[in-house]
Amino acid sequence: MRGGKFLTSVVAPVIALAISFLIASVVLRLVDIDPLTAYQEMWTFGTTTESLISMVNRAVPLFVSALAVGIGFKMGLFNIGVEGAYLLAALVAAYIGALYSIPAVLHVLSILLIAMVVGAAWNGIAGWLKVKRGVHEVISTIMLNFIAFSLSAYLFLNYFQEDTGGLIVATALIPETGWLPSFNPVLGWFGIEPRVGSELHGFLLIAIVLGVLYHYLVNRSRFGYDLRASGINAPAARASGVNPKRMIMTTMLISGGIAGLVGMSTLLGFSHRYVQDFPTGLGFTGIAVALLGRNNPVGMAFGALLFGFLDRSSLILDLKDVPREIVTIFQGVVVLAVVIVYEVISRLVQRQTVAAAAKATVEETEAVAS
Amino acid sequence: MMTMAQRLSEFPRRNLYILLALGGVLTLTVAALVVGTDFLTSPATAGAALVLAVPILLAGLGGLYSERAGVVNIGLEGMMIAGTWFAAWGSWQFGPWYGVLLGAAGGAAFGLLHALATVTFNVDHIVSGVAINILGLGAMRFLSSITYNSETGGSVVQSPPVEGIGEFSVPFLAGGEFFGRQTSDILGWLDEQNWFFISDLAGILGGFLGDVNWLILLGLALVPFTAWLLWRTAWGLRLRSCGEDPWAAESLGVSVLRMKYFAVVISGALAGLGGAFLVLVQAGIYREGMTAGRGFIGLGTLIFGNWLPAGVLGGAFVFGFGDSLRFSGPDVVRAFILAIAIALIIVAIYSVTRQSTRRAIISGSIGAGVLVFYMLVDDVPGQLLTATPYLITLLVLAAASQRLRMPAADGARYVKGEAH
Repeated sequence: MRGGKFLTSVVAPVIALAISFLIASVVLRLVDIDPLTAYQEMWTFGTTTESLISMVNRAVPLFVSALAVGIGFKMGLFNIGVEGAYLLAALVAAYIGALYSIPAVLHVLSILLIAMVVGAAWNGIAGWLKVKRGVHEVISTIMLNFIAFSLSAYLFLNYFQEDTGGLIVATALIPETGWLPSFNPVLGWFGIEPRVGSELHGFLLIAIVLGVLYHYLVNRSRFGYDLRASGINAPAARASGVNPKRMIMTTMLISGGIAGLVGMSTLLGFSHRYVQDFPTGLGFTGIAVALLGRNNPVGMAFGALLFGFLDRSSLILDLKDVPREIVTIFQGVVVLAVVIVYEVISRLVQRQTVAAAAKATVEETEAVAS
Repeated sequence: MMTMAQRLSEFPRRNLYILLALGGVLTLTVAALVVGTDFLTSPATAGAALVLAVPILLAGLGGLYSERAGVVNIGLEGMMIAGTWFAAWGSWQFGPWYGVLLGAAGGAAFGLLHALATVTFNVDHIVSGVAINILGLGAMRFLSSITYNSETGGSVVQSPPVEGIGEFSVPFLAGGEFFGRQTSDILGWLDEQNWFFISDLAGILGGFLGDVNWLILLGLALVPFTAWLLWRTAWGLRLRSCGEDPWAAESLGVSVLRMKYFAVVISGALAGLGGAFLVLVQAGIYREGMTAGRGFIGLGTLIFGNWLPAGVLGGAFVFGFGDSLRFSGPDVVRAFILAIAIALIIVAIYSVTRQSTRRAIISGSIGAGVLVFYMLVDDVPGQLLTATPYLITLLVLAAASQRLRMPAADGARYVKGEAH
């Protein structure tokens, strides 16, 4: 039903956003802050060129992370382990990538490949545990996250760390052949000249490619068909010849491979080395973005941009004596609201469909009788 | 003639647990003897393990109520986070016992939210749980920013130091006061005698009974209470029936929705209590991220405890012990590793007697590997030690998952009146 799809994919997020704004406003009111002024400040600050660039830079890793989560969700597989996978992958890729220098494109590609392999291997453990030992992936990936934190801290501090003269704790700098160029020249074509120091990371292009690939893989390929079939009705998929174990393993490996790329935007476009305060939490927020975007690449892109905007624009709130943690509430509420609203709407749509079918049947019967 | 396995299976279940626990202590004693430390079975280690085990136990019991009623609760972590924040705030504003109450209430509030999403709106349980975790973290950070942030010693990520809950020692056995009078410390005396095994056993018991916290007692008492409530009362039978077959329960007049609500709210309250424990017994302060995944580990104990209260208790102790290694010296860690190797080799030998070659080979080779690791490594780095509890969860689940049985309708979508 066409209208039903529109309702669930567009109306549901809009209602969820409205609910979240309402709740955030009530919360701000409770602490004696005028919500409208706060939103206005956020909008004014958040729409400057530099803020928009920062928003996209923040959105790109979240989008990639959401893709990693989303492909699992499509078959009802919950990969909570993106967090650990991307941190470990970024560390190993940064370390190995700094050891050699080859022509630019190859160097970047090889680093991306290393990150994907590490991510896939790490999440593959969870896949293996599920297929061979029947361990639910939610528990195993959560545990693997904590183990990845420990393991990466251990490797980083004992083996991968370079002596930087005590200034920062970091791995060796990746040679320039392994850097991704900034996207600013492209912005220049459109007459946008951001301030010095404000750079659009080049990984944006790769993220867009990943989004397109995700769409084709999920919606246009045999694998995607099996994936969605397994998610909607596993016994039926199995009966039609889909090997559930192989599906679980493959999906987990793909999800982990994408997860490995989450940290690459920062690594190749900005820090060029793994630093002690390498951004964390992207894997968890990616789950929120995937839920928000309902595993649809366009939806997840919007979700990631929304989160990026909120994170960036909230910076102004500190200066205006508004607790900027209000956006963390907003982000939490919007995720819960969207899943609830989606459920309610799809139930309504289903009820309408059933009612319409029932009515049609009655009419038909009457027509035959008369 | 009966084989060992037959004899074990005819052995009363309860006694089997005691036998296993004694076997564990014996293994630890032997390992400690080889390494030359007595710290592994000392009251200090046992006490530390107990303190570390109780929050996990509370989270696990919380999961038990929820999942026995058929609602998967991965939001335990978020509920626990709420518990830590509200406990600190309650203790800071009104006193420690109010902290306990508010911590439980904060967790229960998030439990209510989870119930609303999963029971009323039929949202996928894991999706709702993940959302609860995100919301819990965000909401508490906001609350900190409007309360603790402006206080001395407080910030957006931590509270000012708060008053904790008092301790007491059990009279006669561990030297506690009895009507204001100091009593004997029998276990402490036994521990000092250095008698093989007996002193070690006394050391562990002494650790459990000396300087006990009221909240520890409450947490431990909840295990038999839960077992009684869920398996010996009509209410408990109704609750469990919702987790096994809500449609059949409905046909017999059980108000399934209401039972599920009860269960999930209790679940949140217990997780919140676990959070309160972290603040009021362990840390004396609220710090963001202090739960460090204990809600998830609680869920892990629930699974490998086979959705039974005693199983959750056992699991919580294994974690508590593994976790306490972070605070011990390298000798203790080595002794623990040796104990694991011995245990695995015992399992291997037992498997040979049961003609289970595969399991014998697997546990034997892992055991041998651990033994080699023990001989080669002098000091295990701290960063790796912090991974111990998580690694244990993973290994135990990998070994035991297939023999576990979760409630039949755990996580199932239930709509009233849709019985089939």
